Amino acid sequence: MNFWKALLAIDRRWIFLFVFLALAVPMFLNVDFDLSISREVQGLYDALDKLQPNSKILMSFDYDPPSAPELQPMADAIMKYCLKKKLRIIIMGLWPQGPIQANMALNRAFLEEDINRDDYVYGVHYVNLGYQAGNEFVIQRMGSAFYEMFKRDYTGNRYEELPLMRGIKNFNDIDFSINFSAGYPGTVEWVQIAVDRFHVRLGAGNTAVQAPQVYPYYNSGQVVGLAGGMRGAAELEGVFARFDGGTVDYKDKGTKYMLSQTIAHAVVMFFIVVGNIAYFVIGRKDKLKASK
Amino acid sequence: MRREIPLIITATVGIAYIIQYFIPHTPFDKVEALFSDWLSIIAACAIWLGALNLLKLSFINVSKRKKDWFFSLVIIMSWLTMAMVGISEGPGFQEPGTKFDWLYNNVYTPLSATMFAMLAFYVASASYRAFRARNFQATLLLVAAFLVLSGRVLFDEIVFGFLPADWKILSTISDFIMQVLNTAGQRAILIGIALGTVSTSLRIILGIERSYLGSD
Repeated sequence: MNFWKALLAIDRRWIFLFVFLALAVPMFLNVDFDLSISREVQGLYDALDKLQPNSKILMSFDYDPPSAPELQPMADAIMKYCLKKKLRIIIMGLWPQGPIQANMALNRAFLEEDINRDDYVYGVHYVNLGYQAGNEFVIQRMGSAFYEMFKRDYTGNRYEELPLMRGIKNFNDIDFSINFSAGYPGTVEWVQIAVDRFHVRLGAGNTAVQAPQVYPYYNSGQVVGLAGGMRGAAELEGVFARFDGGTVDYKDKGTKYMLSQTIAHAVVMFFIVVGNIAYFVIGRKDKLKASK
Repeated sequence: MRREIPLIITATVGIAYIIQYFIPHTPFDKVEALFSDWLSIIAACAIWLGALNLLKLSFINVSKRKKDWFFSLVIIMSWLTMAMVGISEGPGFQEPGTKFDWLYNNVYTPLSATMFAMLAFYVASASYRAFRARNFQATLLLVAAFLVLSGRVLFDEIVFGFLPADWKILSTISDFIMQVLNTAGQRAILIGIALGTVSTSLRIILGIERSYLGSD
């Protein structure tokens, strides 16, 4: 077997090793960089920035732990910003694991020096309505009556006992919505029902895989801002750090993991190039043999 | 009647939803509310049905010592552990600091994240062996993939770091591909899906398409 054929038949565990090193080693490095902020992430920041203190923001956490590396940094950064800006936060989930992921973002935000946990009362400043089964029908029903879908929050408190929820009948009483989505149900369903039918102002955080499906809605203005994948998370952390300032540390996992993703992409691209070179060299030699 | 009743329910709910979309007033909004509540109830029951079915199949695998029965045993143990811990802690079982929360953070999250993370390794290996510039279309795909892959990470900052700060060549190209070319393609797909959905929905509502009823 010649060199190129041997290269193509390389044991895949070698590739796994390179990918592992590409992902793991940069996690121990501390490289600071200034990312350019894309139009769609800037749009998300601008929409949040325009909200007045005490505005009501609905956050739907529609993802689970496998997508958390991309979406949790976005959720963390937005949660910190919303708490710092004294927005009233309503959390819900169309995925069963969503509300727990929201709790993680809340707890992470409360660790910040600038965000004093004692200043925020559950049920008054923020509330977690929990998971509701029914996918897009939940959104549809919320359009006419929130109460019908969330008669109790995730700890069992009655809807009417939560001061934050008392004045909220439907989407008309919500100032802005954000959807963190990893698939179905997610941003597409929120656009098709909440935005299209009930004219909700929606921002979205998506996994890199899902983001391409959401771009048409962003370009049509149905989604006012969009953060896609790890890059979106890093940009979001960057835009908050740049414009919000203060003592809140926005640059976190999104920014940190970008280096790992960069090196991993480089390794994958390197292997694809090598694979293609080997493929063409072998093909050319075979053709030469055949012509002889 | 096993076929007629589901057909009547489907037609009634489907027509009600179409009417209330265009006339969102009484009595159609009330009908829509009723059906939406029922759909949520059915969805919640479906989750239970799926979970119990998984448990039943796993019990059968273990009792008959089928191939890889040990994994079914793991499913049963995990299922029962999470369910029992959750139920024992009452309505606040998801709150931080509960036993359920501990299991979620320290067992479920790492396991599910590991499963998903393995994709990165398989994608790298599969790309090496299969992503070939065999023809013009494949080459186009390869070039677009390279541009998006490099534009979505720090290549601009690392490779082209010597250029002025606002010259983000790869990011600009990547954004163009995502915002213009990708959007055009996605819109075409969306329009196709929408037309297909409308025609299939009409076929189901009118009882022409009956495959969802099963073969009995």
